[in-house]
Amino acid sequence: MIKQSPVHFHRMKDMPSTHLLGTGTPMCAGCGGLETLHTMYDILGRKTVFVNAAGCMTLLSVYPFTPFHGGWLYTSMASAPAGAQGVRDAVDILLQKQKLPAEEDVEVVVVTGDGAAYGMGMSATSGAMDRKLDFIYLCYDNEGYGNTGQQYSAATPHAALTSTSKGSHGYPGYKKDLFSIWAAHNPAYVATVIAAEPLDLAKKIEKLQTMTGPRMLISLAPCPTGWDYEPELSVEIGRLAVQTGVWPLKEYVEGEVRHTKVPKQRKPVDDYLKLQGRFKHLFEPHCDEQAIAEIQARVDSYWDKNAAK
Amino acid sequence: MTRKLLTGNSAAAWGARLACVDYIPAFPITPQTEIIEDLAGWIDRGEMDARLVTLESEHSMITAAGSAASSGVRAFTATSSQGLLYAMEMIYAVAGWRTPFVMVNVSRGLASPITLESDHNDIMAARDSGFLQIHCATCQEIADGILLAYRLAEHPQVRIPAIVNFDGFYLSFTREPVDLARAAKARAFVGEYDPENLQFRGNSPLSQAMAVLGGGPYSYFRYEAHLAVQQALSVYDEIADEFEDIFGRRYDMIDCYHMDDAEYVFVMLGSFSTKAREAVDSLRAAGWKAGLLRPRLFRPLPQQRIRQLLRGRRAVGVIDQNISMGMGGVLHSEFATALYGLEDAPLLGSYIGGLGGRDISQQEFFAIADELKHAYENGESAPPRLLYTRNELTEMRKLQAIAQAEHAEIHRS
Repeated sequence: MIKQSPVHFHRMKDMPSTHLLGTGTPMCAGCGGLETLHTMYDILGRKTVFVNAAGCMTLLSVYPFTPFHGGWLYTSMASAPAGAQGVRDAVDILLQKQKLPAEEDVEVVVVTGDGAAYGMGMSATSGAMDRKLDFIYLCYDNEGYGNTGQQYSAATPHAALTSTSKGSHGYPGYKKDLFSIWAAHNPAYVATVIAAEPLDLAKKIEKLQTMTGPRMLISLAPCPTGWDYEPELSVEIGRLAVQTGVWPLKEYVEGEVRHTKVPKQRKPVDDYLKLQGRFKHLFEPHCDEQAIAEIQARVDSYWDKNAAK
Repeated sequence: MTRKLLTGNSAAAWGARLACVDYIPAFPITPQTEIIEDLAGWIDRGEMDARLVTLESEHSMITAAGSAASSGVRAFTATSSQGLLYAMEMIYAVAGWRTPFVMVNVSRGLASPITLESDHNDIMAARDSGFLQIHCATCQEIADGILLAYRLAEHPQVRIPAIVNFDGFYLSFTREPVDLARAAKARAFVGEYDPENLQFRGNSPLSQAMAVLGGGPYSYFRYEAHLAVQQALSVYDEIADEFEDIFGRRYDMIDCYHMDDAEYVFVMLGSFSTKAREAVDSLRAAGWKAGLLRPRLFRPLPQQRIRQLLRGRRAVGVIDQNISMGMGGVLHSEFATALYGLEDAPLLGSYIGGLGGRDISQQEFFAIADELKHAYENGESAPPRLLYTRNELTEMRKLQAIAQAEHAEIHRS
């Protein structure tokens, strides 16, 4: 893969003004995952092959329509990284045997939801990182099995109501730390991103374009249908996820973790939680101060430990 | 042409090498592993120009084989038994992608109970996937079958992946003399891989394996795959003719042994059919008109040819090394379907044997022949039989007695 990045993203006006991804997809209004994909695709450009696992975005390409200018391959829920392996290896073989001109090389991008990334597809992802596969992985993390109606997954945060955790305390478990699990493989790059912070996202994509090997992105994906809020709030909720410190923006390169956008004065987690129906039970009919305090304490503890990074 | 003493696994590796494969996604499983070890060794020593990648599972391995074949290279892979079942989601999926590549399955019985030894329940589980299936009885047939399989899978009227199947242990680890084709001749026979319209490349839009909405488009693509598999029947003979012209060996879609005048016929798949051949020889020496019919091509099933070959015979014993729980032998029910309504159809008997590497003895073949004769004379098929000897049951009872004693001892302590 020829590594290049012709554009440098310093300020918002450097961002692409038009989208490459076609309109009219069946994604929900306000889909935070689709926004991340837009920005990513705008920067990566047409010479990409997206390899997809079962999830919401599987519906992007429904015969005979596709919003992509390049390649799209649906695989299964568990094996998208292996699909990327086959495409990458085949293209490398053809380049090596001079059966494909260098200008027709492609960037291979795995796109999966958290259901695949945090669970069923983890073994295939781990294997791809072991093999130092030269690919990009985008996990759009809407914190539940969204395409089937938001049942809880290993990415679901503590106390969230989902279709399979409807009790008065919501989901009893805690969100799995996929960033650390991926970083433990020592891939070329791991970062957390969110579409509501497009400059941070663009800079990270710009950076990973210069690298070779596994380049892994986890995008928190505010989800109006799964998180129960009005679509126009997606950007605000995304920003609050960062400003409250609930979703730390960070990157891992060569053994070091660095935070790319540290909220100077963290807002209370209430600001983030109360906009979402999935946390409504923490505020109504009575304020569950203990549960909110616990969530706040976990966020504070994270930043206490990571203040210097 | 060179003659070598090769195991079935080595013959399979040679088949892939002679077919000029570019890419081998792999995963180890007994009894298949020697195939990927041979290939890896050749690649490491620079004797073979291909890339081998060990995936972390068979599910990923088949995904990578399919996606590589979708990206313009000739792919080869191999598995067995539990590995085939672990990959099964993708076996069905990549057949639908219409990506031609070849996979070897070294047949081994399925859990539970877990075993390493051979039978055909693994390959039968892939029966309805869309993969073509070629079943081999000798090591020679394995090496040649892989070359034939690539031609069949990549044929413009077919374009679907193929499985070359052979029995674990009985063939995988058995050495037989194999004539290996000269590399240049084999290369000319298989030709260059033509990805047709399936190739991911920069600046070229291609969507593969996308979703459909509604039963109409879904049925269309499923019927297309079915018809493509059936097309393999009409192009098989021309490929087999060409193979015979070049290499001097003939591989009909159905292998016949003493079928010209046979009144009583054994039907089997795979290497155990060589036991049936021996039984046919003995029966012939004793004055019987016995024969053997072995489908080499199992998917598509050559139903028309089966009807032609079995019409007017007295009785046919189908010996299945698989068992469909609650139904019986799969091959038997397929032959019953093929022969239903045929004028002058033979009586059909069902025998299940050879599960988990269990032998089928010559005495059992003779007993089957006796039963077929009896059925013909009575005008009525015998009920299905599960082959098992009194001696085997005695040995089994001894194991159960030990298990009970162990159990009792643990409870006492």
